[in-house]
Amino acid sequence: MSMDIDIALTVNGERIAERVEARKSLVDFVRDDLGLTGSHVGCEHGVCGACTMRVDGVIVRGCLMLAAQCDGAVVETIEGLSDSGELADLQAAFEQRNALQCGFCTPGMLTAAQDLLNRGSVPSRDEIREHISGNFCRCTGYHAIVDAVESVAKARHGAKP
Amino acid sequence: MKPAPFAYRKVRSLDEAVALLGETPDARLLAGGQSLMATLNMRLSAPSLLIDINGLSGLDGIAHKNGQGSGFVEIGALARHVQAERSATIAKLAPLIARAMPLVGHPAIRNRGTLGGSIAFADPAAELPACLLALDGEVDAQGPKGKRTIKAGDYFKGLYETALGPQEILTAIRLPAADSNTRIGFAELARRHGDYAIVGLAASARADGKGLKDVRLAYFGVGNTPLRAEKSEAALAHGDVDGAVAALDLDPHDDIQATGAVKKHLAGVLLRRVAAQLMEQRP
Repeated sequence: MSMDIDIALTVNGERIAERVEARKSLVDFVRDDLGLTGSHVGCEHGVCGACTMRVDGVIVRGCLMLAAQCDGAVVETIEGLSDSGELADLQAAFEQRNALQCGFCTPGMLTAAQDLLNRGSVPSRDEIREHISGNFCRCTGYHAIVDAVESVAKARHGAKP
Repeated sequence: MKPAPFAYRKVRSLDEAVALLGETPDARLLAGGQSLMATLNMRLSAPSLLIDINGLSGLDGIAHKNGQGSGFVEIGALARHVQAERSATIAKLAPLIARAMPLVGHPAIRNRGTLGGSIAFADPAAELPACLLALDGEVDAQGPKGKRTIKAGDYFKGLYETALGPQEILTAIRLPAADSNTRIGFAELARRHGDYAIVGLAASARADGKGLKDVRLAYFGVGNTPLRAEKSEAALAHGDVDGAVAALDLDPHDDIQATGAVKKHLAGVLLRRVAAQLMEQRP
């Protein structure tokens, strides 16, 4: 039985066909084969959230999915989300409020936060903390991250900053 | 770490998966992968073949089925946690699952993880196996000899060990549908939201006048399987919360999170919280 699998998928709007090792995770595939190194590899067992990306419109752990499973999928990494401008206000708020220091968790944190913000209502601070509970940050103590996400949620709903 | 090499096959039917499990005894089924992939990455498991069942149709439904009493909620093995979290059927007819679901992992995990996978993996610290036991549910399995149904009480055999045979595949979970007399309780203690619990408790009961009957308490994180606390159930049915706490006959092992003695103390704390939930609910 084959240890290599042919896949065709869309990554950040670009159609891609590759042959991948069956055991290769999605995050290793986008980093090593596609050179998209914005998705980070932290714990490799689903705990830290640094590899959070979107597959078919929902956020997933890039380390807990195989590239082989992504045949036909639409994958969006932080590079795609950033280039499209979808996250521009969130990125600006992270910078403005010092919601990052080393930046290792930031791509996953932005992707997870955007998932919450896309639900449409203004989340409470507790809801923000709960939603990013699967994303580790070892620098900020989270407070500034919650501030940034909250301010963007309010701004997107027309409140004054 | 990276997993050891394995082959990968996406199957188109349950029969194909059953046959492959027969041909390759060390093969593992890949559903949501949220536990399996982690164990592969840590090389705690090194199967030669992964059988991906995600393409199978008809296994991801959540439906109310007629049957004894108010019927059943049937959850297909491939229904993802996020589906259950958002399901009106689950909210109305399986409120214990609805209560537990936000505590299962994190949003990105719940987008992939499946209820069937959680029950099949049977992590003793996971929420859903305890819910299945508390609700006296059952699972459907399909194997080389056809289909069979296994009651929750007969299903959990040991640490990550279930009544499923080596070639059997869990296809659905069935839970008694809640009615106006159904009471449920759920509480867990974890260091971080979404982590496996240090100790957790899933409970169901039926209102009986001002009291309770058919109390079922299923602890998780305190043994090799989810565990009933039957002596405490009897005490709680008599409205005796102190007696129920005193009757707890759990003997949890020390683990990385807490000593057995701490876990046993916390089990009593949770019992008081859950007893209050069971007794307070009104339709």
